[in-house]
Formats: sequence, structure tokens, C-alpha cells
Amino acid sequence: MSKLSYERPFIQKLNTGSMNKFGTKTEFAPVTHLDGIRVSKLIEDYGSPCFVISERQIRKNVQNANRAFKTRYPKIQFAWSYKTNYLSAVCNVFHQEGSWAEVVSIYEYKKALLNGVEGNKIIFNGPDKTEEDLALAVENNSLIHIDHFDELYSLVGLLDGTGKKARVAIRVNMDTGIYPMWDRFGFNYENGQAWNAIIKILSHKELELVGLHSHIGTFMLSTSAYATAAYKLCDLATNVKLKTGKPIQYLDLGGGFASTNTLKGSYLQGADIVPTIDDYAEVITSAILNSNFAQDELPTIILESGRALIDDAAWLIGSVVATKRLSDDRRATIMDFGVNLLFNAFWYDYKISPAQEFTHHTEDMVIYGPLCMNIDCIRESINLPLLNKGDQVVVHKVGAYNMTQWMQFIQMRPKIVMIDMEGKSHILRENESLDTMMELERMPEHLKNI
Amino acid sequence: MQINKNIAISDSGFVFNPSTGDSFSTNQVGLEIIRLLKENKSKEELIKELVLKFSTDESTLEKDLGDFFMMLNSYQILVNND
Repeated sequence: MSKLSYERPFIQKLNTGSMNKFGTKTEFAPVTHLDGIRVSKLIEDYGSPCFVISERQIRKNVQNANRAFKTRYPKIQFAWSYKTNYLSAVCNVFHQEGSWAEVVSIYEYKKALLNGVEGNKIIFNGPDKTEEDLALAVENNSLIHIDHFDELYSLVGLLDGTGKKARVAIRVNMDTGIYPMWDRFGFNYENGQAWNAIIKILSHKELELVGLHSHIGTFMLSTSAYATAAYKLCDLATNVKLKTGKPIQYLDLGGGFASTNTLKGSYLQGADIVPTIDDYAEVITSAILNSNFAQDELPTIILESGRALIDDAAWLIGSVVATKRLSDDRRATIMDFGVNLLFNAFWYDYKISPAQEFTHHTEDMVIYGPLCMNIDCIRESINLPLLNKGDQVVVHKVGAYNMTQWMQFIQMRPKIVMIDMEGKSHILRENESLDTMMELERMPEHLKNI
Repeated sequence: MQINKNIAISDSGFVFNPSTGDSFSTNQVGLEIIRLLKENKSKEELIKELVLKFSTDESTLEKDLGDFFMMLNSYQILVNND
């Protein structure tokens, strides 16, 4: 007689009380395949943990975003936010779909050039641009978004007497009715600083003011804030036209569109409350179309959306290291990935699914990572099946910021793979090894022997 | 260590403790363990019977039983004789 399949013994107290009108959310439905490839096969081939990126989903997202804006406004340009995920292969998917590059450091700038982006299609943002960086950007005819007066004067000094011109915009910060107000970047609209910066730029012939830029926040759940931002940029742009007779070529509304992840503390699931790309497109394009631009002088709208275009295009697959019981009887499950790889676990309640079949029994548990640090907690409370050592799981929507903000802390970083449009997997980044780490270290002679 | 003799169990995994009024849900393996405990089987006998019935091994059972007994204790389904 064949034996019955074994499941860890489990007993749960049944509590009576008022029903939750949203029901009890459980995540026992297994996710066994990612873009057609078995999770177990990916782990066998690439190890555990491992980031898996879907080329198909990236293209779908960027095409959908283009559709949402281009059907509402004639001149739209997306620029891929490198800091969100600057793996070259990921960037090139966006560039193949027509996105320019939006960079915030010389490292990202040079990466964009290496990826083959033409200099005049690179937007150089950020507060830290050295004179050397600015010189390179001027040489390549890139769009330089000036962040502060020190940068403005550096640029003027750099160009003085050279006969060269720089294409510039200023970053404008403003009150859009949301909290916290981001005012650390750029020049303030309300106190007149932004207009002062514009006047100074207009007074220097070596600077060509081609655009205005704002980036009002991140994970913006309110679309109306973008309407306010657009109106204020339009006000500045129409005043520039009045003063100089020349129209502003573009308004860059930045990024900050939310992905469908669930923020910590949110009562409802992210997918139920975040605005769609169409919602953002509607308010931004309406605000600009309703401003006082002549029909033939409508500025191009540039968008630097990152998170909303990449978050749901990547997963982290991993394995259970151990399960244990905490002092208050709660189940704790230790995974082979932690906050070292999922930096955004500090803000998100990531959805985690098992990668194999289980029975319908589930239990509340805490999900910890492998770091010997108390902060290494991925989910403080989640309802999952009766996981055992070696079981595999899938963490959803991890594409934004994790692969750039990840830490080489205690553990080394794993492989990143991409599944292409034909369902084939490719390594985009090798896993780190002891050699990778030691390559950068130097040992003084007197410390070589112990 | 002994099971509370008043505990009522159903075939579907519903467990009721009449002395506290608490009810519980358990899975197939948990149900089998409670049944065997009601038959006064020792831990060693339990492991032997479970290995024969389910596709698992002794070391896995040893680990899982430790955790399960802890929960049974916590829920006052197991009582200490001493």
C-alpha cells in the first residue's frame, strides 16, 4: 500500500468574532511558472535566491504608458529612470521601446553612453554634477537639469569664453498639496526662486533654456498633485514666452507614478487604490492642454516614470532556510533572501507565493531573511501554507529599486536573469563571489601575516 | 505528558476542548497524532506508526512533533502528569 503524502502537523485555534468584510487574504495559490519557465528549473539553473525579470512585461508596461499619453497629447517622450533599475539589458529594453535616458550621476550618465544612447537623448538630473561631469554633458549636447545656483554658476564659469552652449532646464519644486513636500531638489516656485533662476539663465547667452522640470514625489497616490505641478510649470513657461518670445520646448513632469505594490500600513491592497497610468495621463495632459500655449507651440511632455514601469516586471525567487516558533507561538519562516536584496521591504508588504502545491491549510507567520540582524524582516505578518525547509517561494513586483539599492551585507548578491519574448532565460548579472569582493580590497604588507 | 481525555475530534479535523470551550482545526497528520495520543501511544510509538503511514522519515517527525506538542501544550490539549 502506498503511503499518504506527509504535511507538517498543524493545529490552529478557531476564533469567533465579527467577519472581515474583505475576507481573509491567503496566498496559498502556487505560482509554479514565471513567463513559462518552472520556478524549480530556474532555481536549479541559476541558484537560490535569484532575481527574474520579464522582458515581455517591461515592453507591455512601456507600450501601455505610451498609449495612455500619446492618445491624449501629441508630443510625448518617455525617459528611462536609470536609478530605478540600471541593469544595461533592462535599460536597453526601454531604449528599444523609444525611451531616452534619465540619469542622476556620472556613473549612470556614462552607462547610458555605453548602452548606445545618443548624448542629446540623455537627461542629466541630480544635485551632484562636477565641472568635469557638466563639461562632458555639454560636449554631448545633453539636457542638463540644473538643481541649484552653485551648479548654474559652475556651468556659466565652465562655458565662459569657450563659445559653447549648453541646453538646460531647471528643476522646480513646489507645493502641490501633498505631504511631505519635496523641496530639497531644484528651485522653489512659490517663493520666486525658480523665476530668479530662469532670469539668470536667460541673461547668459551660453545657456539655452529649453525645458522646465519637476518631480513632486514618489509613489504618488494622488493624481491631482500632477495637475497642480503641470499648471505651475505652464505658468513659468508662458511667462518665459512673454519675456523672450521663445517657447519652452518641453515640460518634464518627472516620475513618481505608483506601482501596484501594497504600502505598509495600507488597509487596501495596492492594486485596488493606486491610480492607473491613464489616470495620471488624463490630469497631466488636460492641465497642459488647458494652459495658454498656442496650438503650434505645445511643449513636449517628458516623463521619467520608473517604478510604475518596472516593479511588476520582476520577481525574486528563493527558498525556505528554516521554520521555527517564536516566544509568542507565532510561526517564523527564514528565507535565503532578506532586506539585503529587498530594500523596498521597508516600505512594501510584498506579495509572496509558494512555488509548489500545498493543502488548503495556512498559518500566520513572520518572514525573516538570512541576515544575522534584527532588522531583516520581509513580512511582519503573512498567511501562507505550511512551508518547510527547501520549499521555494516567489516574491512579486520587485523590479524597482531593489536591484540598485541592494546591499552586499553579510551575504553576497545573487544572479539576475531575464526571460525574453520567446521564453528563453538569459543571465543579466552574475552572482558575486568571494573573488568579487576581494578584488577591491588591499592588504598593507605589515598585516599580511597573523 | 498526556492528552486531555475530554477532547473531541471529528474525521474532518475539527477538535473541541469541552473544558475550555475552545475549538481547533487540524490537518490529517495532526488528526492522526491526536488519535494515537488518545490511544496512549508514546512518542516513540507515534513516530513508528506515522512513518509506516506517511511518506516521511523519523528525523523530520522528531522535529515536527516537538513543535506540534508545544502547540498542543499551549492550547491545553496536552496536560502534564507531573
